[in-house]
Amino acid sequence: MYLGRVVGCVWATVKNANLTGQRLLLIQPLTPELLSTGKRLICLDAMGAGAGELIYYVRGKEASFPFLPAEPAADATVVGIVDSIHLKAPAATRTPTHRKGKR
Amino acid sequence: MILARVVGTVVATRKDPRLEGKKLLIIKPISPDGKDEPGYIVSVDTVSAGYRERVIAVAGSSARMADGCKDTPVDSAIVGIVDDMRLD
Repeated sequence: MYLGRVVGCVWATVKNANLTGQRLLLIQPLTPELLSTGKRLICLDAMGAGAGELIYYVRGKEASFPFLPAEPAADATVVGIVDSIHLKAPAATRTPTHRKGKR
Repeated sequence: MILARVVGTVVATRKDPRLEGKKLLIIKPISPDGKDEPGYIVSVDTVSAGYRERVIAVAGSSARMADGCKDTPVDSAIVGIVDDMRLD
């Protein structure tokens, strides 16, 4: 799962029947430090996220699982709204835990 | 899912039998403000999109969940035509 921010929404009248009634949100992917990274993408919304909210989303086939037994054709879905993030140190400078004893 | 614009079509006679009757379009990813982004994708059209239209394309195994694409060898499908977009 990845962090992102809701930056907009998309309307589409002509779409697959299994997408009917789904909200389509524009998401800007973020780093753990909340800096923008990568291209914006369209996500389905399983959580009722609103404009500007910090969220996390899931990619791949699993993006349709929140809507089971319906299987909308989605490869990205907002599955949570972030309350807070705690980082001990900037992710870029952190040593992965499993490597600590080996150096 | 990504935003893209239809920029062309693909015609193929020799192909997997499960792709017969499917419309193949060349789409180019765009940013929400309409600028072209690098790269292109050959995508199966499930919504009868037309030339220059802005569309929503789904990638990966999720493309097989698009209308009529069950158990077909596709990794990208057009699943919607964009009416409008709002950037907050």
